[in-house]
Amino acid sequence: MAGLDDTVAGPGIAARAGHILARWGLVITLLIAWELATQTRLFTPFMLPSPERVFGRIWSDGQGGDLFINAGLTLYRALTGFFIAAALGLLIGMAMTRGGVLGWFFDPIISVGFPMPKITFLPVIVLWLGFYDTAKISMVVFDAIFPVITGTILGIKSVEKELIWSARSLGSGEREIWPQIVLPAAMPQMFTGLQVSLPIAMIVAVVAEMLMGGYGMGGAMVQASRMADSPGVFAGIIEIAVVGWFLVKGMALLRRKLLAWHPESDMPTGV
Amino acid sequence: MTRNALIARLVKYLPLLLLAMAWEGASRFELVSSSALPSLTKVAQAWWDLALGGDLVENGAASLWRLAAGLAIAIVVGAALGIGMAWWRPADIALGPLVEMFYPLPKSALIPVTALWLGFGDGSKILLIAMGCMLPVTLGAYNGARSSERVLVWSARSLGASKLRILRDVVLPSALPEMLSGIRTALAISFVLLVASELIVARAGLGYLIGFLGSNGTYDSMFAVVLTVAFMGFVADRMYLLIMRRALAWRD
Repeated sequence: MAGLDDTVAGPGIAARAGHILARWGLVITLLIAWELATQTRLFTPFMLPSPERVFGRIWSDGQGGDLFINAGLTLYRALTGFFIAAALGLLIGMAMTRGGVLGWFFDPIISVGFPMPKITFLPVIVLWLGFYDTAKISMVVFDAIFPVITGTILGIKSVEKELIWSARSLGSGEREIWPQIVLPAAMPQMFTGLQVSLPIAMIVAVVAEMLMGGYGMGGAMVQASRMADSPGVFAGIIEIAVVGWFLVKGMALLRRKLLAWHPESDMPTGV
Repeated sequence: MTRNALIARLVKYLPLLLLAMAWEGASRFELVSSSALPSLTKVAQAWWDLALGGDLVENGAASLWRLAAGLAIAIVVGAALGIGMAWWRPADIALGPLVEMFYPLPKSALIPVTALWLGFGDGSKILLIAMGCMLPVTLGAYNGARSSERVLVWSARSLGASKLRILRDVVLPSALPEMLSGIRTALAISFVLLVASELIVARAGLGYLIGFLGSNGTYDSMFAVVLTVAFMGFVADRMYLLIMRRALAWRD
């Protein structure tokens, strides 16, 4: 795992090259193992279609444009939901740390709702909002908002009191303390909340599409599975995995950029 | 509990009660259509009927079995993998990139594949949960075991402890906190995967029951099962937290 096993002095060029080689070597080994497993008839072509067929399928999905329509729709639903959840979650979280009625009202709801499997409410949301994008995006928001709220609260609560006190004793008012001290100091944990929330948004968008059908990567996979079209199913997994990988890596990069000034900027991202 | 503590607790959880009352009122006074939101009393009645009729127990048992079996596999394999990778460098070099590659996979993408392999029954759900929940445990165990203090390992070694002894008495205990929080993540994911897969492809289980009741139009029963599953997830997490705290009590 890159970043975790680097030595204190930083990896040398040889070590880095070794790392890259190990990574690609592994991907190639996996592909060869996959190919061999299908050649030796250990698995039927239905259980495990050969890599050529799966990648051929991805290629033809791409050529026909289906791949981009499905990936685009899934990304649109996941990201729209994620951004709404992020904005609302940050606001609610900040409001809750100020105490008052809002804090009192939301506190038990968050602490009971956070560990609940929100996806269970999907049929209820379908009942209320139908099978369209509104329902799918609402489900994403409902599920992705909890880590943002708890991350925001944790971040703000853990800001060192001494920092605020010293700013206050130097004559800063509340208007300066929030944007200049509290929010920057709370940033790392707020961002961690967002980093937990984005993969959830992606998972939920895919599940919602699987259940409700229609276009989108989840819908396409379930369709393929119903038609016993196993290359389609495996192509779907690879496509979804690649999109998920880019989202997670993108967030990690963004964290490193945004929080470069902070010692926690390189923190590993446990979901 | 003293009286003041009781009152404090009541005030703390009052918003939940208010929500429940708002729900009951909205449905009673027809602010929303009662088929879209059956009143809470009707839902409770439907829950009781389902419990007496045996539907809830039967499907609940199926779901719990899948959850327990899948999680058990995920924890055993995941922990062994994580500690093995931290302990033995070749395993880290060989498997580390693999873990890193599969970790960000949106786990729900595995649902159709496991259905393709093992059909609509228990097997596909157990495999799905085992595969989907394994990596958070692995990552927790790996990070925990790696952070075990070198000094402790060195001193144990210089005192003549065998490799196995060091693993058991030094590495495992220091890996425990992060591994346990990895398992907590796995627990949350297991519920999501269970319900999602049962909603999409199943012939038994609570998720299946929800879908069945929903397509039948018996929404009060559907709400009853939805709330049951949500509550189960909540209780499972709280119970796990208690166990986790007890397991880590030696640290303080």
